[in-house]
Amino acid sequence: MRSETSRSVGGGSSGSLDKETQTKIGQQLRAMYDDVVRQGVPDRFSELLKRLEQDEGSGRVDDEESKP
Amino acid sequence: MKIDDALRDSVLAAVPKLRAFAISLSGNVDRADDLVQETLLRALTHIDSFQPGTNLQAWLFTILRNLFRSEYRKRKREVEDADGHYADSLITHPEQDSQMEFKELRVALSKLPQDQREALILVGASGFSYEEAAKICECAVGTIKSRVNRARTRLANELSIEGPSDLAPDASVRAVVADKPR
Repeated sequence: MRSETSRSVGGGSSGSLDKETQTKIGQQLRAMYDDVVRQGVPDRFSELLKRLEQDEGSGRVDDEESKP
Repeated sequence: MKIDDALRDSVLAAVPKLRAFAISLSGNVDRADDLVQETLLRALTHIDSFQPGTNLQAWLFTILRNLFRSEYRKRKREVEDADGHYADSLITHPEQDSQMEFKELRVALSKLPQDQREALILVGASGFSYEEAAKICECAVGTIKSRVNRARTRLANELSIEGPSDLAPDASVRAVVADKPR
């Protein structure tokens, strides 16, 4: 668990939560998030990038919609 | 397609966080992975529009968010389910027991309006600043702040973690909440 002394949460008005509750929510969120991050990069994605590079010259993949 | 090695490595390095973001948004691992794949394809085929020196991760998150939103519009009914029936469909990785641990939180997240959910995740979990999150969500910093605040309040209610200043539970209750196993 990470210590949480970081920045104060903005606003401060309109019924914002006390520090302790905010901390708890933050810790739970990050724990959930980090749990996925720790799974690393699934093979399908490194393989996808390899395939894309091998496609060199074909110039496109199955993605033709608008720009990001 | 020629991709600069360093750039490719950076893109790949962003995948774990992109997945975490996508899973938090969609509540569904399979859909999230499809979303990440689409994001990578989109990013690499449009790599020219990335400005070197700017935040690559924020750029990728922006793409993913936009893809999610356009998909979301298509299957609105399926994704947002205010009654939380959708919670039953939350997929857990078979080998990933720990996903169960966060089920309650995921259910609560799924009940948030999308704007609030993404703001809270970006700031509260992904570690983006309010400014970066505002850029990713294409809105004002103040808007992000208020979305994050509202999201936290709602989440606290859903998860019944009330602060002592609101309900003033006695010390023993507070201790139990604080010691809640995770």
